[in-house]
This record gives sequence, structure tokens and C-alpha cells, in this order.
Amino acid sequence: MSSEEAHRSVEVAARVERRWAAIAVIIVVGMALLAAFAGIHRATMPQPRVETTDPSRIHLSGEFVESNLGSVLEANGNVTVRAIGQQYSFTPACIVVPADTPITLRATSADVVHGILIQGTNVNTMLVPGYISEQLMRFTKTGDYLMPCQEFCSFGHEGMWGKVKVIDKTDFADRAKGGGRLSCVGQ
Amino acid sequence: MLVNRKLILAHFWLAFAVFGVALTLGAWQMFIRSPIGTWLSNPELYYRSLTAHGTVMGYVFPTLVAMGFGYAISESALEQRLVGVRWAWAGFWLIVIGSIMAVIPIALGRASVLYTFYPPLIGNVFYYLGVVLVVVGSWIWVALMSVNLRVWRKAHPGAPVPLAMYANVAGSYLWAWTAVGAALELLLQIIPVAAGLKNTIDAGLARVFFSWTLHAIVYFWLMPTYIAYYTIVPRAIGGLVYSDSMARISFILFLVVAMPIGMHHTFADPQVGAGFKFIHSAFTALVALPTLLTVFTICASVEIAARLRGGRGLFGWIRALPWDNPMMLALAFSFVMLGFGGAGGLINMSYQLDASIHNTQWITGHFHLIFGGAIVIMYFAIAYDLWPHLTGRELIDVRLIRTQLWLWFIGMIVTTFPWHWVGILGMPRRMAYFDFGDPAIAPQALSVTFSAIGGFILLTSGIMFIVILARGMRAPRVDAGPYRFAIAVHQSKTVPVALNTHALWVALMIVLTITNYGYPILNLALGAGTSVPAVYVGAQ
Repeated sequence: MSSEEAHRSVEVAARVERRWAAIAVIIVVGMALLAAFAGIHRATMPQPRVETTDPSRIHLSGEFVESNLGSVLEANGNVTVRAIGQQYSFTPACIVVPADTPITLRATSADVVHGILIQGTNVNTMLVPGYISEQLMRFTKTGDYLMPCQEFCSFGHEGMWGKVKVIDKTDFADRAKGGGRLSCVGQ
Repeated sequence: MLVNRKLILAHFWLAFAVFGVALTLGAWQMFIRSPIGTWLSNPELYYRSLTAHGTVMGYVFPTLVAMGFGYAISESALEQRLVGVRWAWAGFWLIVIGSIMAVIPIALGRASVLYTFYPPLIGNVFYYLGVVLVVVGSWIWVALMSVNLRVWRKAHPGAPVPLAMYANVAGSYLWAWTAVGAALELLLQIIPVAAGLKNTIDAGLARVFFSWTLHAIVYFWLMPTYIAYYTIVPRAIGGLVYSDSMARISFILFLVVAMPIGMHHTFADPQVGAGFKFIHSAFTALVALPTLLTVFTICASVEIAARLRGGRGLFGWIRALPWDNPMMLALAFSFVMLGFGGAGGLINMSYQLDASIHNTQWITGHFHLIFGGAIVIMYFAIAYDLWPHLTGRELIDVRLIRTQLWLWFIGMIVTTFPWHWVGILGMPRRMAYFDFGDPAIAPQALSVTFSAIGGFILLTSGIMFIVILARGMRAPRVDAGPYRFAIAVHQSKTVPVALNTHALWVALMIVLTITNYGYPILNLALGAGTSVPAVYVGAQ
């Protein structure tokens, strides 16, 4: 190979390489823009706000006292579910919610780190003691969903399974008439 | 020029011995929680095993491989006797002592907190101290790599640092800084509680500290593999590196952008706001860049080898590759697994998609495919390539080596593909037992069974690997000659200062860590009232 040829081949190599680098950068920027677009336009994003709570006092006062746990129909027709995780169960162990309704899940942990995952949905959040987790959800199909703890929480972790029961909207409204907090524990 | 062969062999042998133990535990775990295993009446044993498996595979095994390989690179690439051999042995023994110190409480069931620690769960203090000793031992290696390069630079002013050493030192700096997150968590938060000096801990802050380590540690594991891609594979298959400077840029990019991205592990966490989560998500997209560049450069380097061997045509050259060469085979397997694993990784780091697979078996499948598959198969290849130079003996049975690599590849696919699938079905991680009789869980039974079978294929392959190396210690003597690294097609006499030194990039790495982590950490550390009571493992 003459030195002129060698020089030319170096140029070709560099040009091909630059092209590939440009493609790689476009892929990366494209992915970030896609995430930004979906986050802003479709409002799909991880939990935006940080809220704190004192796990050693949650059973005494505040929104996570036992009598306030479960599902409640708000005045605007939405539903709020409050739950806690502790070694090795959720309270309420069976959550009842209506279909086709915007639902806000608010939950925290009473001891160690747990997680809530509702199988067959995108509902998936950590429960970190000291902090409140909030998830927006909406079920389109009625039925039972399993809700395992998805984070290791010590030796009984494998037994920590809750349940979500999605019922018809009007049935839920009937049951909510009496006020109080709804759950399907024992049903 | 490999002088301190005993030192390097000690690192490799300890690495592969602990790897063998942890691999056996892993296979047992796959079996016991699958439908073919019988119900484990004491689930606590599962979590002991899981803690040991994770601690060894995450902290001890890859660190020892990186250290042993690093010493080999330093001596052979710089052609200079290792400076500070006594310190190197001190680092090695610290890792031995640390590992023993950590494993005793694990075996006694006093530290079943998993390798990710998970405060406010708190285990026995000696477990954490053991992990700290392992890290301190590895920091000695970091310092030695830096010192050796400095000594070489003095003797060769202005000369380009050999690519292998340049990358090796970049990897060591990455590790030094990466480990700081977990070190802060251990020293400031966990150890005072484990030692009984305090009884409350901020779990949210601990998770953020750990995320600092948790992601970049993956790139530390990856470094030996990428060094092998660039500097061993082309030489072993008779090719040349397509571009020396692109290789340097890739390693620099890892150094700079591997760090400030760890919070994509905390998307589902309540203690970090959405703004920093998005920043970390975008930076994680950036870390795909060095891998995309590497895939191009290595494929091009392999094509050069094929064409030098007479390969023709747009794709016809692939047939001309030396497929009977274990290095070629390992590279191909590694790339296939890197491709699938990387695609899965893009889903994990995605701001939106993460919610559908967070903390499911998908994640376990993902990192086993990337780390256990793409990365570890190259550790095997590195060992095979170095072994004759370290022992002065030949690895005769190339067919057995090929079988071992095939089995590892097949085993990893059979294990991890169904693993990903059950994750999509919502199967949670880290459970000792599943009730496959439940109609909602029953559909996962078949996939979990396949994964368990894959686990035993991997165990078989792992045993073969250790047997091959052990037999290599007694094989006929051979003069393997000096250990060489691949050279570039256009080897330039000079390299720009920025691509020949690390200072600028280390500074950028630290600055980006501070911008991306400083505010969330300070915010959590200074915000009062989020410390919670510790829950001591084994105390209930």
C-alpha cells in the first residue's frame, strides 16, 4: 500500500466511524426526547412529589391510622385507597376498588422497605418507611388481581401477598353509601 | 512480560473458587423455588444463600478478576515489572480476610440482608465490615494501577499509553469513585447502627447512596470484558483494532457517564422527586453511546480479521472467521447476550416503561444475562487466553473449552429468557417460595422450570471451566512467549493529551456526580424526621 493509499484509507475509516457515531447520538437523543414527550404530553412519569411521615407514629394519628385505611369514594367521584405494608402483610390485605374510575393509591411502610406491585397492571411502587408513596391507577376490567410485596423485607417476604378486587362501579357506589372505609378482607 | 505470575494466579484462582461456590448456591436457589423443587420448610435458608450469592458475585468475584487482569495488563502492556508488589499482596489478603469475615455471619443467618443491604434491616456488623475490607483491598489495586502508570510515564515522556493500560486505569478510577456511594452508606449510616451506637436510620437516604454505587459498579464489572473486546479479541483472531482513538473515547465515556445515572434504580421510590429521576434517565440513555460505538468498532475489527483471512462479500466474510477459536466463539456469544441484555436495559432505564417491570423477575433475568452472560463469558475467555502465559503450560483441550463456552451460552439463554417472561407476568423478585397451585401463578410454572434447568446447565459449564483451568496447571510445559495486545490498523505515533491522560475525565466524573447527586443527598440528609427504627435481622 502506497502512503497515498494509506492516507485515503484512514480518511475512509474515519468517515465511516463518524457516521456511525452520529447515528448513535441520534438514537440516544431520540430516546431522551421520547421520554420527555411522554412525560409531559401523556403525564406518565414516576411519582413526582416527596412526602414524609413518621412510621413510629402512623398508628396513632394522621392519614394512616387503622380506621382510615381502605378505599373511600371522594366527593368528585374519584376513589382514594390508603394502605400500609408491614412485615409480612398489607393492611387492608384485600383492597376493593371500582372499575373505570380514577384511583389514587397512597401507601407507606410501618417498618422496613416493602413494595406494592399489582399483577397485570403497571401499578408498581416502593414503600419506604418515612415516606409516602402515591400512584394513580385505573382498572378497566373487573376481577381479582394479586398484589405481592416486590421487595425483600426479611424472612417472611415470600408470604406477603395481598389482593385487589375490582368490582363494578355501581356496586362500589352502593357499598360506599354507608360511609367509612371499604375493603374486601374476609369476603 | 509477566513477572508476578503468582500474584495474578492467586487473584484468578480465588475469584474462580468463590465463583464456583456462589454458582452452586445460585443453581440451588433456582431449583428450590421452582415447581420441581420441594417446599423449603425453612425459607430463611434461601435468603442466607441469596445474600452469599449476591455478595460473592457482586463484590468479590468481579473485583478479583479486574484486579488480577489489571496486574497482568500493567506488567505486559507497559512491559514493566509491577511496582508495589507487597502492597498488591496486602490488598489480596484484605479481600481474603474481608470475605471470611462477611461469610461467617451470613452462614449463621445473622446477615440475611442481601448484598443490597436494605436498611432499616440491619445484620451483624461483621458482615458490613467484611464488605468494607474487600473494598479497601480493591482500592489498593486502584492506587497501584495509578502509580504504575505514573512510573511508566516518567520513563516514556509523551509516549501514548498502551490502550489496554489506558482502559484499565480508567476502569480502576471508575471503581474507586463508584464504591464511595456504598462506602458512605456503610460508614455513615449502617455500621453505626449495626454496632449499636444508634438505633435509627434514614432508609430513603440509604437507597440514594446505594444507587450511586449500584449502577456504575456494573460498568466496573464490564471493564475487563471491554478491554478484552478491544485489545485481546482482534489479536487472538488475527485482526487489527479498527480505531485506537474511538476505543479511548468509549472508555472515557464510561468513566464520565456511568456515574451520574444511578437513580434510574429509584424511579419507583418515594424519596426522590421527578426532576432528578428524569435527569438520571436521560443520562442513562447517554451510557448506551460507548456501547454502540464499541459494537461498531469491534464488528469492524472482526471484519478486518475475516478479510485478512480471505473473506469476501457483504456478509460472506462471516464464514471466513476462525469459529473454532474459543476467543471468537466467546465474543460472538457475548455480543448476542449484550444485544438482548442491552435492549432490556433500555426498558429498565426508561422513565415510563420501568413501572411495568420494576422489581420483578425481569430485572433478575436482565442482569444475569448482561453480567453472568455477556461479561462473565469474556472473563472465561480472558482466563483461557492468559493461562498459558501464567502457568507456562498449554491448555490442550480446545474442544472442551468450546463445549464449555457453548454450554454457558445455552444455559444463560435457557435461564434468562423465561426469567424475563415471568417478570412481565408480574412475578416478584427474591421470594423463597411460590404457590404454583394458585390459578393466577400456575401459568408461570413452566417458565420457572425452564429457568431452573438452565441454572443446572450453567453449573455444569462452570464446573467444566474450573476443571479445564485446574488441568491446565499440570499440562505439558510450553513457552507461550510474551503476552501481547492487539494493535490498531493505523497506529499513530502520538495521541492527543486528552486521550492519553485521565485527569480531565475524572474531574468531569466527580463534577457530574455532584450536580446529579449533590442536591438530592443534601436534601435528604438535612431534612429532619425521616430516620426510622432499625429492624435487626435474627433478633425477632
